[in-house]
Amino acid sequence: MNKYFLVFLALIMGQSLFAQDYYPVNDGVKETSKPYTSFTNATIYISPTEVITKASLVIRDGKVVNVGKNIQIPNGSVVIDLEGKTIYPSFIDLYTDFGVTKAKRAQGNGRSPQYSATREGFYWNDHIMPDFNAIDAFKFDSKKATEFRKAGFGVVNASRQDGISQGTGILVSLRESGDDSNRILDASSTDHFSFSKSVASRQSYPGSLMGSMALLRQVNHDLIWYTAGGSTTKDRALDAMITNKGITKIFDAGNKGNDIRADKIGDQFGIQYVIVGGGDEYERIQDIKATNATYILPINFPDAYDVSNPYMTDYISLADMRNWNQAPSNPKAMADNGIRFALTTHELKSLSAFKAKLIKAIQHGLDKTKALEALTTVPASVLGKSDVLGTLRKGAYANFLITSGDIFEDGTTLYENWTSGQKSVINDMSVKDIRGTYNLTAAGKTYTMDITGDMAKPKAEIKLGETKYPATLSYKEGWIVLGMTDEATKDVTRMTAVVNKSSNNLSGKLITPSGTEQQFSATRTGDAKEEEEEEEEEEEEDAPEVVAMTYPNIGYGYKTIPSSKNILFRNATVWTSEEQGTLTETDVLVVNGKISKIGINLSADNATVIDATGKHLTAGIIDEHSHIAALAINEGGHNSSAEVTIEDVVDPEDIGIYRNLAGGVTSIQILHGSANPIGGRSAIIKLKWGESADNMIYQDSPKFIKFALGENVKQSNWTSFSRFPQTRMGVEQMFIDYFTRAQEYEQSKQAGGTFRYDLEMETLSEILKSERFISCHSYVQSEINMLMKVAEKFDFRVNTFTHILEGYKVADKMVEHGVGGSTFSDWWAYKFEVNDAIPYNAAIMTNQGVTVAINSDDGEMSRRLNQEAAKTVKYGGMSEEQAWKMVTINPAKLLHLDDRVGSIKVGKDADLVLWNDNPLSIYAKAEKTFIEGALFFDLEKDKQMRATIKQERNTLVKMMMKDKGGDGGKKRPPSGRPKQVFTCETL
Amino acid sequence: MMKKYINLSIVLVLLVGLSAFAQQTPAPNQTTAMSITRVTAHIGDGTVINNATIVFENGKITAIGDASTVTAGTVVDASGQHIYPGIIAPAKSLGLVEVDAVRASNDQDEIGEMIPHIRSLIAYNAESKVVESMRPNGVLIAQIAPQGGTISGTSSIVQLDAWNWEDAAVKVDDGIHMRWPSSFRRGRWWLGEPRGFKPNDNYAKDIEKIRSFFTTAKAYENSETNGGEHNLAYSATQGIFDGSQQLFVSANGEKEIIDAVTFCKEMGIQKMVIVGGYNAHKITDFLKQNNIAVLVGQPHAQPSMEDHDYDHNYKLPKLLMDAGLLVGIQNSRMSNFQTRNMPFYAGQVAGQGLDKEKALQLITGNNAKILGIDADYGTLTVGKSATFFVSQGDALDMRTNLLTYAFIDGRKLSLETHQTELWKRYTEKYSKQ
Repeated sequence: MNKYFLVFLALIMGQSLFAQDYYPVNDGVKETSKPYTSFTNATIYISPTEVITKASLVIRDGKVVNVGKNIQIPNGSVVIDLEGKTIYPSFIDLYTDFGVTKAKRAQGNGRSPQYSATREGFYWNDHIMPDFNAIDAFKFDSKKATEFRKAGFGVVNASRQDGISQGTGILVSLRESGDDSNRILDASSTDHFSFSKSVASRQSYPGSLMGSMALLRQVNHDLIWYTAGGSTTKDRALDAMITNKGITKIFDAGNKGNDIRADKIGDQFGIQYVIVGGGDEYERIQDIKATNATYILPINFPDAYDVSNPYMTDYISLADMRNWNQAPSNPKAMADNGIRFALTTHELKSLSAFKAKLIKAIQHGLDKTKALEALTTVPASVLGKSDVLGTLRKGAYANFLITSGDIFEDGTTLYENWTSGQKSVINDMSVKDIRGTYNLTAAGKTYTMDITGDMAKPKAEIKLGETKYPATLSYKEGWIVLGMTDEATKDVTRMTAVVNKSSNNLSGKLITPSGTEQQFSATRTGDAKEEEEEEEEEEEEDAPEVVAMTYPNIGYGYKTIPSSKNILFRNATVWTSEEQGTLTETDVLVVNGKISKIGINLSADNATVIDATGKHLTAGIIDEHSHIAALAINEGGHNSSAEVTIEDVVDPEDIGIYRNLAGGVTSIQILHGSANPIGGRSAIIKLKWGESADNMIYQDSPKFIKFALGENVKQSNWTSFSRFPQTRMGVEQMFIDYFTRAQEYEQSKQAGGTFRYDLEMETLSEILKSERFISCHSYVQSEINMLMKVAEKFDFRVNTFTHILEGYKVADKMVEHGVGGSTFSDWWAYKFEVNDAIPYNAAIMTNQGVTVAINSDDGEMSRRLNQEAAKTVKYGGMSEEQAWKMVTINPAKLLHLDDRVGSIKVGKDADLVLWNDNPLSIYAKAEKTFIEGALFFDLEKDKQMRATIKQERNTLVKMMMKDKGGDGGKKRPPSGRPKQVFTCETL
Repeated sequence: MMKKYINLSIVLVLLVGLSAFAQQTPAPNQTTAMSITRVTAHIGDGTVINNATIVFENGKITAIGDASTVTAGTVVDASGQHIYPGIIAPAKSLGLVEVDAVRASNDQDEIGEMIPHIRSLIAYNAESKVVESMRPNGVLIAQIAPQGGTISGTSSIVQLDAWNWEDAAVKVDDGIHMRWPSSFRRGRWWLGEPRGFKPNDNYAKDIEKIRSFFTTAKAYENSETNGGEHNLAYSATQGIFDGSQQLFVSANGEKEIIDAVTFCKEMGIQKMVIVGGYNAHKITDFLKQNNIAVLVGQPHAQPSMEDHDYDHNYKLPKLLMDAGLLVGIQNSRMSNFQTRNMPFYAGQVAGQGLDKEKALQLITGNNAKILGIDADYGTLTVGKSATFFVSQGDALDMRTNLLTYAFIDGRKLSLETHQTELWKRYTEKYSKQ
């Protein structure tokens, strides 16, 4: 598009509209120009579902005046005949940062984290900025507006995409002419949120996804309290939240898991967020549907990987390959499931890629009507502006597109994009089609010339006999400029001519290589040859092959989630983890997910019989201290983070779950890390591979929280010197302080009246009431003893000391207090406080009567906990049955789950493992792992999956080799999955 | 603040140092002959002798055979028990770090990228509490290797019961340790890059740096060839060109291993060993043709990629052994204290279907061969050092790895440690309550 031409258009069309009616005029007489413009003979999409042909659209003063078949064209109207052309309402993008200046990144300063907020008179957390208004940071970006209009957009919603509470957005018309008085349709159209911190502040809290979630909940609680007049001080952030109350709330979630997380928070406070998704919603479509939210979907479908180097291909996971293949079908999946969505250009590297991505979605089965709705009526309705946006009904803004045909087809040309009645030419409608075959007579020779390609940007090919003369052709503003190179001499002949609308031939000036001027002429002899392109199109029309999805949608995911079966284990060596000890040649019957009978020669009834002769059947292993299957482990932004919960961030797609199952593990407690003395709440889950996070979490789960002592909470091993506490002395006082405050909180709550609901204090209160249990990371005897004394002072008991490497020094005191110990088998020497850690710890504590578990705190060791338990036989002489209890019934007891799991006992959940050998043997392998009677790991199935993974990888690699790549044929370099392995100390 | 910090460091050093006095006294030299009878002898070369007799004198094995073997000196009846060669732990910084998180106790990684002249031996703490905790599990010999950088330094092989590093040395300056660059690297997340793997654009450049170093080092003969100036790094490298030292190259990818082997051939490096070898199973033919031994990483590790077999690390040594390669196990990537789990690493591989005697080779006979100390260590063979241990049961299984005796060069070791002492001390405390 020629820049000057646009300016020219703006001048003639818009000049009189610059000034508003009621503004004084000092530079001449008042000029008003509000003519009717009528578009006739067009196919008109009044809305995605109302299409009329041979119809007219009449607009005036930026609005639709009339639309329909056989309608009256007003007198004095400018009439534009659109015979053969189509009019669509122009597109609306709900989620952009158009024209809004970016937040300024805070400069780093000092080596210690910043704990306090920097803004005065606002909320205690800098990342909560509801008081920010995009309008205050808006400047119309003419260049970007042109790009948007080229992509078919007429109106965009814009906000500053920064922070957790981001403040309000604006609705902007993309019209070039006029000023903000014409362009700003709504100065406070939407209210924005995300889980990511603002770059403008270095305040360290929240430092995790679960922290962001807790903060969002707390700010909503605070809003209730503040609105009720609970605060004696002025908080301009909360004031702004009150102002923004009725405005559409948009949550930038960014992936399927976060979609669900955002919606959950909304549900708690009666807010229905409109959710900006991540494009992977198809992987959990039922859960997405259940949110009842409207979605804003990006269509930045991933480019194919460059798989030309086989060594490098190994780094690409099957999941990422599948994502490339499946993501374009996300919009279709949403539509098929009746989930309302808008489409956005958000996350697209370039706006010019929008159409190609859109067409890709349609090739993958997205219905065209749905696509149009997602770009017009849905966003209009989200904004509460269906009466003026998204359709071409009477009274709506005159925002429309004029195209050569179906806008969702590859070859269709977008001619004009009208915004508020202002024309913007994308491709000149009046351009004459010069494509064809010509006899070109130049400098005494007659060549053949084929002009092909895009009508507005054609290409030329010139030949003399069989000799090719490489040619360049430019076709602009009614002129052609043609260059022709003689390959033998490298000489260039230049030609230029004006295209005459009344003739099919071209003639004009020629400049020879030597500089003399002559005339040339080209006589049209026929239509252009388009054979090659047609073939290509046919290929593309084949429906793209989409590989099947699994649960979870990664390698080793299952096609269907395993379900409970009735099973009879025949003739097994049964390790009961109960008083009966180990029973040989015994049958165990599983019915409806529960252990139904244990005995000899049990009748199978309708159960599947598994011959377990020579094999060992045990309860599933329980890991009291795990950090797998979580998206975050530490919220270290504060020294107490009782308000956060790992249940918010369970990651059901961690391959660690599958690998743990392969090691006979069925239940784990995902503990918060040890970055602070009062950590976060736990998630206790069953490793139901393929299920959603919520379905993995125990129903009526016992409530736990992580506490921590020692070097980590003092921040001894890294450079941080500003956070309290820095010594074990301080740790004690911090606990006393928090528990005292929790007592006072509870008192004020009981007293009634306006009180501030505090998530942190609520949690601590639960501890005081013995409704929530502490699992405390601990090493040396002094601190172990200290926490027991603090608890006794506040009249509750510590439930579990985890790690507890010097537990053997105070085992008698632990028994007296009534606390259990969950320890490593043989770890030590990794930091100063484990100097006296000994592998005999578990044995000594057991001998003194402490309930002892062996835990992992490590994604690798957790899949061999049977071996770790066996080490207690070597170190301290535990019996095999004692050892086995340390990874089954004992952790179940510590987790208050021993009435449900942890042993083979009638009535308990059928969480069972079949081993090929004594489970404590280094040579033992788990052959089958069941949870509630469903087979979640099977050695045989594993073998098959290895083969299918290989096959599927190969299929996808072949498909990627064929793929033409994204923008400019680019492909992504191979890359590995960004999965992080967590331990206690991971920040 | 700084002052406080320094004081703290001093306190830590004192504490760590003081408690080291609890170290067990090294055993005196063998003065009388000894025989162990009625024992199941696991030779360490894949074979086993039931009801065996083993005789050793002056630190050497003088006889081994069935029950008819003539005994000498003190006779120990070990019926029902098992005897194994002392386990050898290669490529490890044992004794160079006492407590991982205490910087003052860490001597494993010197600054500099190409520092072959850095020698581990002189920093080896023979009185380390971590070292002494190896013995009750049967780990008796270790190659002490510097860590970090590209060329990390020069290792020495030591026995794990000594008064000082000089006495501990079994083979001084036996090899140079190098980490081959990776064609992929993890994202530098602290700079805002995604955490996953991405191609290392500098791979070729990194190799070129190594090539340039070795080319110059090879050309260097003495200070006269270097303009009259001595170069410590170059002269420390000469052993790998004349074959008196081995080059241990840590590499895991297929491409990296092939590049490393090809490079060493080109450079005329006589003996090289691949350390790590995560993907070595894909190129066993290549490794066999080039006669390359592999010191595989410990099986107790997670597969590096989501799509890899869950038991990849468990079975990798077996796959390589089945393919006919010379294979050992090392655990250089783990905390040093984990080295005492070497016997269970071998057990883990046996659990994947490898014959138990062959699995034992992975940590004894094969490791001795790979380190070039097989003339004296690694198997129960007449003429070799009497470095072995007796276990009540199968030493590769944690339940039965219960040592009754251990010997290094015929010296009968204490099996007590800081840890067993604390165990006894607190057991006694409670027994009196």
